[in-house]
Amino acid sequence: MQPTSANFIANARDAIADDNLQLAIARVGENFGAKRQQAVDKLPEFDALCGRAVEIKDDVLAHLDYYLEVYERAVTASGGHVHWCATVEEACETVLRLCRSVDAKTVTKGKSMIGEEMEINPYLERHGIEPIETDLGEYIIQLAGEPPSHIIAPAVHKTKEQVTDLFHEHHRKFGKTERLTEGEDLVAEARELLRGKYLAADVGITGANFLIAETGSSIIVTNEGNGDLTQMLPKMHIVLASLEKVVPTLEDAATLLRLLARSASGQEMSSYTTLSTGPRRADDPDGPGEYHVVLLDNGRSELLGGEFQDILRCIRCGACYNHCPVYTSVGGHAYGWVYGGPMGAVLTPALIGLAEARHLPSATPFCGRCEEVCPMQIPLPKMMRHWREQSFQRRLTPGRERLAVALWAWFARRPALYHLGARFAIGWLFRRARGRGHMRKVPFMRGWTLTRDLPAPEGGTFQQQWRRRKRA
Amino acid sequence: MSNKTQGGRATILGWIRGSLDRGELSAEQRAAIDSRLANPRRNLIPARAQVDHAAQVELFLEYLGAANGTFTRVAAEADAPKALSEYLSSQNLPQRVAMAPDAWLQGLPWEKGAPLLERRAGPARPEDQVGVTGALAGIAETGTLMLVSGPDSPSTLTMLPETHVVVLRASQIIGAMEDGWDALRKREGQGKMPRTAIFITGPSRTGDIEMHMYLGAHGPRRLHVIFIDES
Ligand code: SF4
Repeated sequence: MQPTSANFIANARDAIADDNLQLAIARVGENFGAKRQQAVDKLPEFDALCGRAVEIKDDVLAHLDYYLEVYERAVTASGGHVHWCATVEEACETVLRLCRSVDAKTVTKGKSMIGEEMEINPYLERHGIEPIETDLGEYIIQLAGEPPSHIIAPAVHKTKEQVTDLFHEHHRKFGKTERLTEGEDLVAEARELLRGKYLAADVGITGANFLIAETGSSIIVTNEGNGDLTQMLPKMHIVLASLEKVVPTLEDAATLLRLLARSASGQEMSSYTTLSTGPRRADDPDGPGEYHVVLLDNGRSELLGGEFQDILRCIRCGACYNHCPVYTSVGGHAYGWVYGGPMGAVLTPALIGLAEARHLPSATPFCGRCEEVCPMQIPLPKMMRHWREQSFQRRLTPGRERLAVALWAWFARRPALYHLGARFAIGWLFRRARGRGHMRKVPFMRGWTLTRDLPAPEGGTFQQQWRRRKRA
Repeated sequence: MSNKTQGGRATILGWIRGSLDRGELSAEQRAAIDSRLANPRRNLIPARAQVDHAAQVELFLEYLGAANGTFTRVAAEADAPKALSEYLSSQNLPQRVAMAPDAWLQGLPWEKGAPLLERRAGPARPEDQVGVTGALAGIAETGTLMLVSGPDSPSTLTMLPETHVVVLRASQIIGAMEDGWDALRKREGQGKMPRTAIFITGPSRTGDIEMHMYLGAHGPRRLHVIFIDES
């Protein structure tokens, strides 16, 4: 998708004014947040598992080249193929070539964030192949022509009425003219229509939550079973995965799986955790005849060895989204690209460039909730700070902000002057409030006072109060 | 295609090594990783999975229920056909099933216990309403069924029909997923896997409309286990 991250501030303002959206994202925080806590409370070993999971991924990242080579050997040994793609362009071309090799007209798709990065759907459409999203949430937003707004609940911003309208409009061509308003019926209609699509598709494309070096398997985790139908019915199964998804052994995958569903939705396990290894065997009665893994880098290898390496531990559980006061105020679309929430605020600048995404790492109150709930213990706030520093150093921060920071730095290095200035400012603000305790307007602070009042300072500067209390 | 893939591999591996500020791993480092992969070690297994077998059985059934799965518990193998037939009636389902061509499953006394039941052996067809399979194991820790694909176990049976019935013996209950890996390695050999290994925890569901949970999104609407206590 064409990034609109540069418009984050305007996007966010629109999002806050959208009542439907506000209702929807409030549900995310309440629902996933509470359920996650219950699931974590039920597993006393949760923190210890997180610690072990971090070690597993750190080992993988430190030796990623070798683990990937071993992984590829295992895939090849089980009759599958790995296609190494440095860029999204290469990955798209590879998928197209594979689809054409079996003369594909339609492909069904399980949920894949790498597919979103690649913009594979419009790409296939441009080349005469119809892609059909099968995850209900992805299907809904495909009909709406929108990107996902949450990593595990892509259509969470849509109300039931909006789904009713979308189905009514788009299902007419299949002879479904009744306007369905019950959730139950909407789910059933999508199920029925997509059944036909699975059976007719020539190729099934899924993502991967993990790749296993030991066995050459890919793992998908779903609740609907759409990923399974997508990969078992067509002739060819294509897996889209980025290279940091590899883990050493089946046991290591088990450890990470214990964290994934609990952190994501508060389930003990999602309904389906499926390992796929190679194509169907000679004596298998069903399954795909070909198995291909499109292994995408798209800038990730550059993050190794640097201050952003730890973000590659991410297992895309979405817990940081659900607990982020910014995400739960503005929703996913405001972030303007594939990933949102604190994870997106760190990853997006790395993948599409800081110039485009420089607002994202600034959209944080540094409350630290994301890091607390992250099962992979990724220091998200620290990384956002790194991006802000880089943005300043690379002069991406606009002149006015730079001037303000420079001015502050000049004063901060001159303590006497700083105290004098602070005392003057406090006195001035106090008089301006005229005893009301708050003020509606302050020069240069329109952005702040437009939506709220500024409380008037009371009782002198911090240093004055400090001295007073020390004396007392 | 292979040329480009080769080029892609060399480029990406080069980038990875460049970022990590090193060349290829030394022979010793590679050997250490090879040995880690050849001798997979368990990480932490939650205490709740490490209880005696009777407690594992109860845990399995409890978590199966918590995930919206249902079960009928019978004393002996010979009771399983009747239990299936009764379950189908209770759900207003026809006495017609697609069944895995698994020797043990097919060998149960179907004619005797469920004389009206029509069985077809083989992968699922779109019109099948009920799929009946065995399983490799039932995992106590989370109430999860582990199934692997193979000639006697088509994967479509688990996903295409609206109702999936699994016939499981108490002796197949294991503590954790890791016990499942051990069983699989014993069957297939180290480092080898069947095409599909699926872990099923309850029926298919979606929360994609206003975060309300609806069962039967794409896979089965019902997951029922016929649980045989005798081993
Ligand atoms: S950063 Fe952590 S919490 Fe956020 S999606 Fe990734 S693993 Fe989950």
